[in-house]
Amino acid sequence: MVAAPWIILFAPALACAAIVLFARNSKPLSATLAIGGLAVSFSFAVYALLQSLHPLAETIESSVSWVNLPGLALEFGLLLDHPSILMSLVVTGVGLMIFIYSVGYMGEERGLPRYFAFLSLFAFSMLGIVLANNFVTLFIFWELVGASSYLLIGFWYERPKAADAGKKAFLVNRIADFGFLIGILMLWNLSGLEGQSRTLNFAELAERLQALVAHGTLSPQLLTAVGLLVFCGVLGKSAQFPLHVWLPDAMEGPTPVSALIHAATMVAAGVYLIARTFFLFWQTPEAMAWVAAIGGFTALFAASLALVEDDIKRVLAYSTLSQLGYMVMALGLGGYVAGIYHLTTHAFFKALLFLGAGSVIHALHTNNIWEMGGLLKKMPVTSITFLIATLALCGIFPLSGFWSKDEILAVAFFRNPLLWVVGTATAGLTAFYMGRVFCVAFLGSARAHSAGHAHESPPVMSVPLMLLTVPTMVAGFIGIPHYLHHGQEAGVHVPFNAIVAGISTLVAMAGLSLAYAVYGRGYQPGIQVQRVLALAAVPLSRKFWVDEVYGWINRNIQQRFADLLSLFERYIIIGLYVNGVAKITGFTGSVLRLAQTGKVQGYAATLLAGLSLLLYLSLR
Amino acid sequence: MNPITGILLCPIVGSLILLLVPQRRSNWVRWISTVATGIPVLICMALLIQFPRGHAGYQWVQKIPWIPALGIQYQVGVDGISLTLLLLHVLCGFTGVLISYRIKERVKEYYIFYLLLIGGVAGVFVSLDLFFFYLFYEMAVIPMFPLIGIWGSGDKKYATMKLTLYLTAGAVLALIGLLALYAVSGAHSFDLIFLERYLTQNPIPGHLQKWLFPFLLIGFGVIAPMWPLHSWSPMGHAAAPSAVSMLHAGVLMKLGSYAILRIAVQLLPQGAYTWLPWVALLCIMNIIYGGFVALAQKDMKFLIGYSSSSHMGYVLLGIACLNPVGLNGAVLLMFAHGLMTATAFATVGHVYDQTHTRIISDWGGLARRIPFISTAFIIAAMASSGLPGFANFVSELLVFFGAWNSYRWSALAAVFGIVITAFYMLRAVRTAFFGPLNMRWAELEDAAGFERVPYLILIAALLIVGCWPRFLLEIISSSTGTVLSHLTHLETIAKL
Repeated sequence: MVAAPWIILFAPALACAAIVLFARNSKPLSATLAIGGLAVSFSFAVYALLQSLHPLAETIESSVSWVNLPGLALEFGLLLDHPSILMSLVVTGVGLMIFIYSVGYMGEERGLPRYFAFLSLFAFSMLGIVLANNFVTLFIFWELVGASSYLLIGFWYERPKAADAGKKAFLVNRIADFGFLIGILMLWNLSGLEGQSRTLNFAELAERLQALVAHGTLSPQLLTAVGLLVFCGVLGKSAQFPLHVWLPDAMEGPTPVSALIHAATMVAAGVYLIARTFFLFWQTPEAMAWVAAIGGFTALFAASLALVEDDIKRVLAYSTLSQLGYMVMALGLGGYVAGIYHLTTHAFFKALLFLGAGSVIHALHTNNIWEMGGLLKKMPVTSITFLIATLALCGIFPLSGFWSKDEILAVAFFRNPLLWVVGTATAGLTAFYMGRVFCVAFLGSARAHSAGHAHESPPVMSVPLMLLTVPTMVAGFIGIPHYLHHGQEAGVHVPFNAIVAGISTLVAMAGLSLAYAVYGRGYQPGIQVQRVLALAAVPLSRKFWVDEVYGWINRNIQQRFADLLSLFERYIIIGLYVNGVAKITGFTGSVLRLAQTGKVQGYAATLLAGLSLLLYLSLR
Repeated sequence: MNPITGILLCPIVGSLILLLVPQRRSNWVRWISTVATGIPVLICMALLIQFPRGHAGYQWVQKIPWIPALGIQYQVGVDGISLTLLLLHVLCGFTGVLISYRIKERVKEYYIFYLLLIGGVAGVFVSLDLFFFYLFYEMAVIPMFPLIGIWGSGDKKYATMKLTLYLTAGAVLALIGLLALYAVSGAHSFDLIFLERYLTQNPIPGHLQKWLFPFLLIGFGVIAPMWPLHSWSPMGHAAAPSAVSMLHAGVLMKLGSYAILRIAVQLLPQGAYTWLPWVALLCIMNIIYGGFVALAQKDMKFLIGYSSSSHMGYVLLGIACLNPVGLNGAVLLMFAHGLMTATAFATVGHVYDQTHTRIISDWGGLARRIPFISTAFIIAAMASSGLPGFANFVSELLVFFGAWNSYRWSALAAVFGIVITAFYMLRAVRTAFFGPLNMRWAELEDAAGFERVPYLILIAALLIVGCWPRFLLEIISSSTGTVLSHLTHLETIAKL
């Protein structure tokens, strides 16, 4: 059905418009509209899935002409193939849970209609990225998710931290998109190298790039440059090092927003972009090597930062960074299926973790894990679902994370052993910091007064938690890799590997046990070890000073340069040049004025002098 | 009556009627002005719908001979380019009247000058006779002087002197160019349609074109404003009352780029080929320099002023491309930027009228107190930073695509320009509207009821064109196509 992608895409947009127009002051109506809109999208996504399972099913692609000029035809087009159907399901399914959960979590907010309008706008934009069939359509929604993320991080705009965080997120992404847009312009140019009319459609570009490479028309360096420029966009949206700085700050937004946008969907858009443009990356091994290296580095780097964080949401944010690094690394190593597979399972369990954290924050009004404790008995549903998600994240058999993480590590094992070591070490760190959070926040006894009086959240929040537990547990068994594999020729596929899985499970178990020993049982290492650890914690707690470096550049280079130009404007352009012209005019006037005396004698004398001069000259 | 003449006459007749209205009837004055600017909006909408797609050439032409001996006639009409700009103009003019309801001082005189200004600007866009073109151009500059000098704020005397003198100096340079063009063309006519046809058959020799072109380029470039001739503009915007800033940054600047396109490029193509690469180079200065200077501003109106001169760099770059993509982008961007900047100035004016300060850091947290105005400003800021959905995005994208193959470095600078724009715009939003409310402004009034209409009109226009650009682009491209085919035709003649 050709209409399916259009309905999936526009249902949330209509909901957003309806809220803005009719439900600005009604909380129940705005919630109903937003949830209803997304539910429509979800049901059509399910319908699309069922259709696509048919052996003879064809990919649906449909587009309308958006700009049609001589030399440039841009289309607004949608594509419903296996990856986009899977992603639509994730976005609408997880989104639906989070929308419902929001009714409980944000119910007291005065600005609830605004919140739901923004959320619907986000769902629309995100689905646009997922369904786009060409670069321009994708870029349009790429920017729109950035804007809706900006609005939602800054939802509590009166809090200076939230307002700053939103701005930071938008600006970091804008810097990244500078590279992305130039990459798009270069690709557009490349597509016409053999004299055809230029295009930005994914399928057509894939064919043309293949032809160009086959004919040798294209220099590998140029292709690598294009790949890296497109990857710039990924660095921003998926918060890879060195543009990761915005994501931890983005936790200032409401927790359901963190769950949906900054864990499950939007930040995964970068990973999805690599997958969508895999035809490009696959042709350029050098760019791929960079992608894999940056992904692997981010995975380890972010996991190490999570070790010392006390804010539960920030721990999860660093964990998200680290897992995104995993996915980017997988794609960089050619593991197309592995990357998207992990993206999918991660969306489930990370959303669950965030919603669990939100449930705790809602009950205790604190983000600090050291003010929690002993919640297992007080908030059983939250605690158990959180535990399941934690184990999934750590990659414990048979939860979904185990399967997808193993797929990535197996690819790494065969393609790049160094990155396999990095990945396995990251798995150990992940298990340790998640174990730490769970032990401190949920086990033991209450560490603060409010934690002693906590109550389980209402059903509108706990039911979505329970529902999200289902895919977290079973997503490893429903054949997602097989589904993704369909029709995808490029990429590396490695079968299940017991050794890799065994090692990573052992490492994860070790991390969890260590965390339990330290934070659950109170085991203290020797003084010497403690000293070393304290020393190591300094750069970690300062986040390796990346923020400081950026702040310094911002203040001392960018702003100084702006001030310098502003002074140039003031003193050279205005003072010297414009006012200079005015002053010269004025000065000339004031000199010439002296000739206008009004005395006849003077004029007569001048006349006489001039006449004498002329006579002298002519008679000489 | 000819609809174009109707659009032109409405504000002029309106201002004459206002002369007869008693001073104390300020409500009558407002109503007459609303009608005098509202009717052109309706006419313009109707023309937009009726404009034949894919048809080049001027429509609804009316010609009345005036001084046949010199080849001067009243001749008006529109093509796709001028119709788009006329639409921008009538929208800004009409919303400007609505915004100006707040003015309480010398209401009658204000509107008389304002309507004259509207008439003059409309005249420039629809004139198809060089003499009348220049006449209306001056008519647009002169009422600025009292409007800023009397109803302005801040350093208004300096600003209005500087603006008027600067623009007049530019106009004189352009006049020299126009007269020289008249002299060397040998057509003995100011008739633009005739000149276009005549010069296609008998082009002006290349070396003369190269001499003539800079006069028109710099003369009109002053108002565009082309770096480094821009310094009148932020000053002028800042000192002017809201509606005048709206018209000023929204429409008046576009007179310059429009005149460069319509007269300089179209009549002197050889000159254009010689000089436009230099313009593309200067655009980098416009965009990057203007952007960084905006980043250093502390006064909100100066910030938007420098932002405007930065973004006009994109328009000039699009024109310099001399290809359909860039040229259409340039015209669409004139439209988009005009609406966006009008929205921004209207919101700033709304706040300034109550706070009497425009220093960004003096505001703070206004979103809590005046959500509607804040939203309108944020929308303008987002549109300006090239957020998809607004017309600015698609037009800037077209400029990027257009410039990519002609002027790689300028295109890179242009793409970088949107990063800078995001920096200063979001910083302004953060400082002025977000954060805790500055308690000095606890009594601030939001726009309510009818006051919201002008903002809604401007934003709706930005959104409609942004989401469905084809509608307007079809109209524009029919005419840019003619300009370009004209150029290539002349090029082939020159090569022969």
